[in-house]
Amino acid sequence: MFELFDAVLAARLQFAFTIAFHIIFPALSIGLASYLMVLQGLWLKTGKDIYRRAWRYWVKIFAVIFGMGVVSGIVMSYQIGTNWSVFSDKTGPILGPLMGYEVLTAFFLEAGFLGVMLFGSNRVSRRLHFMATIMVAVGTMISGFWILSVNSWMQTPAGYTINDVGQFIATDWWQVVFNPSFPYRFVHMMLAAYLTTAFLVGGVSAWHLLKDKTNSAAKLMFSMSMWMALLVAPIQIIAGDFHGLNTLKHQPMKIAAMEGNFESQNGAPLILFGWPDVKNKVVHGKIAVPKLASLILTHDVDGHLPGLDAFPEEDWPNVPLVFWSFRIMVAIGFAMFLVGLWSALMRLRKKLYDAKWLHRAAVLMAPSGSIAILAGWITTEVGRQPYTVYGLLRTADSVSPLDAPAVNASLLAFVLVYFLVFGSGIYYLLKLFKRTPSLNERDIKTGQPRRAAGITPIQGLADKINDDSKEGK
Amino acid sequence: MDYVLIWAGLMAFAVFAYVVLDGFDLGIGLLFPFIKQPDDKSNAMNSIAPFWDGNETWLVLGGGGLYATFPLAFAIIMPALYAPLIVMLLALIFRGVAFEFRWRAETKAGIKRWDLGFTLGSFFAAFSQGVALGALVQGIQVTERTYVGGWWDWLTPFSLVTGFAVVIGYALLGATWLIYKTEGLLQRFCQHTAWKLTWALGVMIATVSIWMLFKQDPYMKRWFDYPNYLYLLPVPVLVAVLGTYLLRALNKGYELAPFLSVIALFALSYFGLCISFYPNIVPPNISIWQAASPDSSLKFLLVGASILIPVIIAYTAYSYWVFRGKVNSEDQYH
Ligand code: HDD
Ligand code: HEM
Ligand code: HEM
Repeated sequence: MFELFDAVLAARLQFAFTIAFHIIFPALSIGLASYLMVLQGLWLKTGKDIYRRAWRYWVKIFAVIFGMGVVSGIVMSYQIGTNWSVFSDKTGPILGPLMGYEVLTAFFLEAGFLGVMLFGSNRVSRRLHFMATIMVAVGTMISGFWILSVNSWMQTPAGYTINDVGQFIATDWWQVVFNPSFPYRFVHMMLAAYLTTAFLVGGVSAWHLLKDKTNSAAKLMFSMSMWMALLVAPIQIIAGDFHGLNTLKHQPMKIAAMEGNFESQNGAPLILFGWPDVKNKVVHGKIAVPKLASLILTHDVDGHLPGLDAFPEEDWPNVPLVFWSFRIMVAIGFAMFLVGLWSALMRLRKKLYDAKWLHRAAVLMAPSGSIAILAGWITTEVGRQPYTVYGLLRTADSVSPLDAPAVNASLLAFVLVYFLVFGSGIYYLLKLFKRTPSLNERDIKTGQPRRAAGITPIQGLADKINDDSKEGK
Repeated sequence: MDYVLIWAGLMAFAVFAYVVLDGFDLGIGLLFPFIKQPDDKSNAMNSIAPFWDGNETWLVLGGGGLYATFPLAFAIIMPALYAPLIVMLLALIFRGVAFEFRWRAETKAGIKRWDLGFTLGSFFAAFSQGVALGALVQGIQVTERTYVGGWWDWLTPFSLVTGFAVVIGYALLGATWLIYKTEGLLQRFCQHTAWKLTWALGVMIATVSIWMLFKQDPYMKRWFDYPNYLYLLPVPVLVAVLGTYLLRALNKGYELAPFLSVIALFALSYFGLCISFYPNIVPPNISIWQAASPDSSLKFLLVGASILIPVIIAYTAYSYWVFRGKVNSEDQYH
């Protein structure tokens, strides 16, 4: 059974599997860290205890998600070497320093202040505690900056030459970091992280509103998340459109696969649905809007779009996978936009907290961001095959000199461990979501007063009195 | 300026920082099943909960830094040590999530399960790091730019012994950390354990040091050619002195001195290793200059590293300072 896949395929599946798990957690870490920062800032500014309760509610969830992000991320950084050693040797001089900067500017920052953020609230002043949350939030964003630069360089390499042992070496670091697809990918991914978080928060709070529409913390969270949906979803659609235009310029074959466009043509239709049949080079049962693809991608109804026929067939990516994953992402993007509009309508009618169908829709949409992110990444990554560095280094030439049984065995081990560990993690998250947010967020576990004797007893005591009076105890 | 040499020094520092920092928190995982009181268990875990992520980040710097500055070494070592590294990664998953999951599992059985994950994860992470070290010391087969050995080459009696040596070393680090951070019964338990572990580690250091000399000619030459042994003689002597001091500090009930002495012991052993390796990064025949990235990459990253590493050390120290003193049960948000 350990020969199930050849070494290259097993390594690819392993990478795809582990990174698909990894990406789900950091995307939520990025969004939740910023959300916690906002909540804490509002609490410091207004002194209203409800913000702090919301903070306490989400910080526990954040900690679980962050932990899973860290352990799955460490796997990623070593897997580049274990499974893709030839790739590592060749790209190390360029991509290594970018990842090095990610560690130095982001990972240490997050990890260094995470302890203070989670455990330090009665050891440092409120301001310093807030600072720690800000550092963690900023760290997650910087992390996204560097890793997306790395990934984008693999999609659209720039600022390099190749030395006598076949390594890519930098000629212009600015061009390397800000390579052509990076700005688009970075913006689109950060917005994705925010939207994913907004819909998670929205779904959880809607679920609590369905049970008790007077719950003030749930109302706050729901309202905040629906504002995000209303404002960010349309921006994301626009950003996605720009991203697509940029991809057309640099990776036209990927766009042809996404569109299911087999023939180069003027005035290409936009295929909404259908089944791409690679063997016969047609899309079966398609529903298409004439000329719309050309209009969107070239801003001209009769604009010319290259089809897959413009490229050698052995270089095509997996067309149905790219075609469908792209549609799933876009459909979710529009669904998010509609939910945002719906919530605005209800808000205008002052029925935001009574709109049961809106709440039900929000519950349904809770995981939609994560699904869209996976679909988007599958589009991006499968669409650039068969290369790891686009046009320059083939996937089949990137792999480590390992025997198939070794890679298959480790693939199996990863699958088992990930389902067990992250499966349990998701179960614990669901339990955390089930807690009603208006409960006193302290001490569910120990039932002991937390602040009886802090390192600064006077301030600890003052805080306690403050809290208790606000919580009406 | 020789950027390669600077980076070799920085990478050696990063790896050492990892070994000491994650060493003590992996060590807590190793001691965990022997700590009986539930409160003591919580305290032991809480003494490292704010730090473990930062500690582990040095491992990411080690891997990422190697990829950036010595990509050839990265490309050879990773596949050569495939199995121990995969085991290490999986083990780190179990022990990393245990910090959160333990508090989320509401049943006794659930808590027990993640405590077991914490211990086994710590054990296999420590053991596979030791095995990886041993495998590197005994040498890796390379032709041109690729690893050409099989996928079991790392497994030898020597690498198994280095595996156990690292486990014992980490457990000792963990025990002395707990002496510093806790009081009462738990502290006393750790003092006893540390005393035994010190003897065990002494035996391990001696065994590995001598055995290693026979693994490759250059090691023997490095230590026993004239005049090298005159300069290097202080290393084993200092190890013996420190070991003796450590035992005394434990007997006297000092709280911080044992932890610091163990770190010094680690530093000396590590220094001895580096001396043996130099100028190779992948023994027996890939030197740091052969493996290094071009200067353009080394310079680019060095600019940032020389500013950022001091900053990182500063805020890491700040975070340790915030959580100074003995652990107490209030520092939880759970
Ligand atoms: C919440 C998540 C989310 C949502 C709602 C959308 N996307 Fe997206 N999309 C991503 C999350 C994402 C992503 C996961 O972040 C990707 C993968 C790689 C990347 O750069 O972003 C992505 C990739 C990606 C690409 C591939 C670019 C390439 O491979 O070069 C295109 C063309 C779009 N998106 C376009 C859109 C459009 C037109 C959307 C709206 C209708 C849209 N996306 C909604
Ligand atoms: C930004 C960080 C990322 C980097 C550096 C990266 C890099 C890589 C590399 C080196 C491979 C292996 C070679 C290959 O098969 O192309 C790969 C494949 C793949 N990655 Fe990514 N990736 C990243 C993000 C993601 C994310 C977030 C996903 C989420 C689903 C993803 C999905 C995939 C898939 C599905 C493949 C396999 C494609 C195939 O073999 O057809 N990638 N990626
Ligand atoms: C091959 C690709 C990737 C590698 C090698 C990688 C590596 C890592 C590592 C080692 C960590 C743990 C850091 C720590 O110890 O604190 C981590 C966490 C993180 N990663 Fe990734 N990562 C990859 C892809 C991505 C992608 C695509 C994103 C999203 C934009 C991302 C964003 C983050 C963030 C925000 C964190 C910190 C938050 C958290 O741990 O949840 N990473 N990553």
